[in-house]
Amino acid sequence: MNLRRLFLILTPYAWLLLFFLIPFVIVLKIALSDYAISIPPYTPTLDLSAGWEGLKSFLSELDGENFSFLASDALYYTAYLSSLKIALISTVLTLLVGYPIAYGMAQAPEEWRPTLMMLVILPFWTSFLIRVYSWIGILANEGFLNQFLMWTGIISEPLAIMNTQRAVYVGIVYSYLPFMILPIYAALEKLDGSLIEAAEDLGCSKASAFWLVTFPLSIPGVIAGCFLVFIPALGEFVIPSLLGGSDTLMIGKVLYEEFFSNRDWPVASAVAVVLLLILIVPIVLFQRNEQKQREANQ
Amino acid sequence: MNRRFSWFNATSLTLGFAFLYLPMLILVIYSFNASKLVTVWAGFSTKWYGELLTNEAFLSAAWVTLKVAVISSTVATVLGTMAAYVLVRAGRFTGRTLFSGMIYAPIVMPEVITGLAMLLLFISLGLDRGVTTIILAHITFTMCFVSVVVSSRLVTFDKSLEEAALDLGCTPFDAFKSVTLPIIAPAVVSGWLLAFTLSLDDLVISQFVAGPSSTTLPMKIFSAVRLGVSPEINALSTILISIVTVGVISASLISKRNIARQRADEQKALQL
Repeated sequence: MNLRRLFLILTPYAWLLLFFLIPFVIVLKIALSDYAISIPPYTPTLDLSAGWEGLKSFLSELDGENFSFLASDALYYTAYLSSLKIALISTVLTLLVGYPIAYGMAQAPEEWRPTLMMLVILPFWTSFLIRVYSWIGILANEGFLNQFLMWTGIISEPLAIMNTQRAVYVGIVYSYLPFMILPIYAALEKLDGSLIEAAEDLGCSKASAFWLVTFPLSIPGVIAGCFLVFIPALGEFVIPSLLGGSDTLMIGKVLYEEFFSNRDWPVASAVAVVLLLILIVPIVLFQRNEQKQREANQ
Repeated sequence: MNRRFSWFNATSLTLGFAFLYLPMLILVIYSFNASKLVTVWAGFSTKWYGELLTNEAFLSAAWVTLKVAVISSTVATVLGTMAAYVLVRAGRFTGRTLFSGMIYAPIVMPEVITGLAMLLLFISLGLDRGVTTIILAHITFTMCFVSVVVSSRLVTFDKSLEEAALDLGCTPFDAFKSVTLPIIAPAVVSGWLLAFTLSLDDLVISQFVAGPSSTTLPMKIFSAVRLGVSPEINALSTILISIVTVGVISASLISKRNIARQRADEQKALQL
């Protein structure tokens, strides 16, 4: 019995330790190393055969040089800030687009709701890459959107959207919309309708009943949705590299290029460590919100 | 909730779903375009599908992707179900907090970080980069999704059923096999499907851990797409979109039927 329990616990535990936790220790170690033209391209490397002395000399060569480099070079500083800005603005935009859809779903007749739900989830199962790709043909200078707008006569010159930050906003809103809709819909769906009736009986107009009753009660869903969009958007790589062009600076892209184009592993690792530190705040806040929800439901 | 489906609701649903589906619809329509120019319609043709089927590079990438997805999602389902069972049923043990942290962290981790970390591990271990390293990386991040799906089912499931089986003389393994597993089976299946899709889709992590000889389909698509829109990629996307659509719709029909059957069974049991 106990042996079985031990096996059950240890198998997934050992797997995650080896393939998830230890890699992060390695990232941290390499972030503290120096760039070198060798294989692997960093120094020092740990020589276990030298025993204790080897470990000591290895530790003494680690330093925070890469982090001071990150702080001194404007590229990284700007990239972090612009990722934060892009993630924040697109989260707000996703909320503005997603809330009315979630609200509409919650108001829809009961028998429609499973179908509407499936329509929201379906894009989530479709390849992320393909969904982002589908916007290239729409947003390009001679793309469908510009063709359409010029045909209707709203504009006479094509709008430059592709390869700008605007395209990145569209891409993020589009890709992460289901993550915003689902938690808000879940909050709105279980809302007690008699509360709104009561508010209206007491003289509230429809709009003020919405703002005084419905919206405040959906806030936990709004918070969850915002985090579910903000957290992945911050480290996004595919959307800025396909839609953003060269003038969109996002930290996920910088990390990727630092690693693959410059082959500077120590700096790439340092970029990853700092990104992780920034992400800890929203992740912890998100977990708290979820915890509070779970307790409230019990 | 008081349901009054207004014009405002109808409009926001229509616009919202148009926004979600129009881009994919355009992609599908223009995959049948005869012209190489992707934004100009020049008549109906299926020639891009034909070209796709003779494109060796795409076919071999698709084969690699499928192999990786089947193996990694299967192993991830076993490990993820074990992890879910540990989280929900094993009670307290040393390092439980770390364990649950390691289950949830990969889900919110940016892929660039996970990919980088995995690659650095494989290099330190001296593993040759290739299909094996992609499979190992995919198992690790998809098992966490499986365990979240399975544990949400385990939480709602009545523990006394298991205890009854044990009291009636089942070994713990038998009790798991004949009581727990049939009940959580739908969650295990959806966990597997989720892991499978995530693995099929993954670009960033594969990009980091793949070797020069192992290219997956998303990697192939990404490098082609960087050069702009191409009708062949439209055709490929259409095939992938149709597979997903058929899969999701049939899965939801099957689960609807199962729920109906379960309700009928419960009704019968109550009448006895």
